[in-house]
Amino acid sequence: MSTQPSATSLPASALQRGDGAPEFALPATPDQIVRLSEIRGPVVLIFYPADWSPVCGDELSMFEAATGLFAGHGAQLIGISVDSSWCHLAYKADRKLSFPLLADFHPKGAVAKSYGVFREDDDTTERAIFVLDAQHSIAWSYVSPVGISPGVDGALRAVEALS
Amino acid sequence: MSNEDSELSPPVGADDHVSGNAAAPITLVEYGDYQCPYCAMAYAVVKELQRELGDSLRLVFRNMPLANVHPHAEAAAEAAEAVAEQGRFWEMHDLLYENQRDLGDAALARYATQAGADETAFSAALQGGAPRARVQRDLESALRSGANGTPTFFINGERYDGSWQLEPFLENLRSLLDD
Repeated sequence: MSTQPSATSLPASALQRGDGAPEFALPATPDQIVRLSEIRGPVVLIFYPADWSPVCGDELSMFEAATGLFAGHGAQLIGISVDSSWCHLAYKADRKLSFPLLADFHPKGAVAKSYGVFREDDDTTERAIFVLDAQHSIAWSYVSPVGISPGVDGALRAVEALS
Repeated sequence: MSNEDSELSPPVGADDHVSGNAAAPITLVEYGDYQCPYCAMAYAVVKELQRELGDSLRLVFRNMPLANVHPHAEAAAEAAEAVAEQGRFWEMHDLLYENQRDLGDAALARYATQAGADETAFSAALQGGAPRARVQRDLESALRSGANGTPTFFINGERYDGSWQLEPFLENLRSLLDD
């Protein structure tokens, strides 16, 4: 991930606070589908460019370390990338991630597009975080430069502000 | 409420492990993981920064063990905190990074003794649970401060997203002294 868009080129298209969160149904494993509408309580959607990339690994490990803090507010973490569910399965096992990684693989990036964070340039997604309140309205969103892991502080403050 | 203004929380305080001049113009806080290979590389870089910057640099180390990828990281961090109770934190910190290939429990006890800690007091400290609480408190402060990978550095309270290779890192820190 060597191309780093400057802060000023971040997409204006990303959904913002106050927007409703578009519904989705994506595979978490080759035989299990996760639907947003079936998740109760606040949700943190973590869009990231690719399994196995070093920056994404750092980002997801930080969220893994923070699972207890998010769970304390009843918030469910969900990772989403355009990788397939088979790839996610191997990656999740290798990194011992406890939260689901959803495959926005076919049609590629359809969910990322609905949140305004698909990258046409390289067919991946922005490094973007959406915090959804219990009614699944977007309470906070953030798009990080692709080459910089964002940390969990912004999402954590947003989740804490919900309760 | 953006991630861009990630700031160190809590600020450096009396509980922190500090090395160098207390009145230094630059305070470098490292959130590190003893089992992380990048942190071991950064360890050598930070030693060099300390040599180059001398009294201009105050170094602080806080624990950020990422247990999902580094199964020995928490135990190593707790061992360092247990040794710290005997005033030998930096000796242990250095031994851990210099011997990163073996961070098993037996090795940790050996390094504690090498660092100059009393073995019985070391075991008692670990069993008492204070080191574990300390490590978890550090980890939470890392998460709340916006630490974004191992290692994460904060320079005078602000997250540093630049390169921590020696030359660019040193250049960046020196530029702060010119102001």
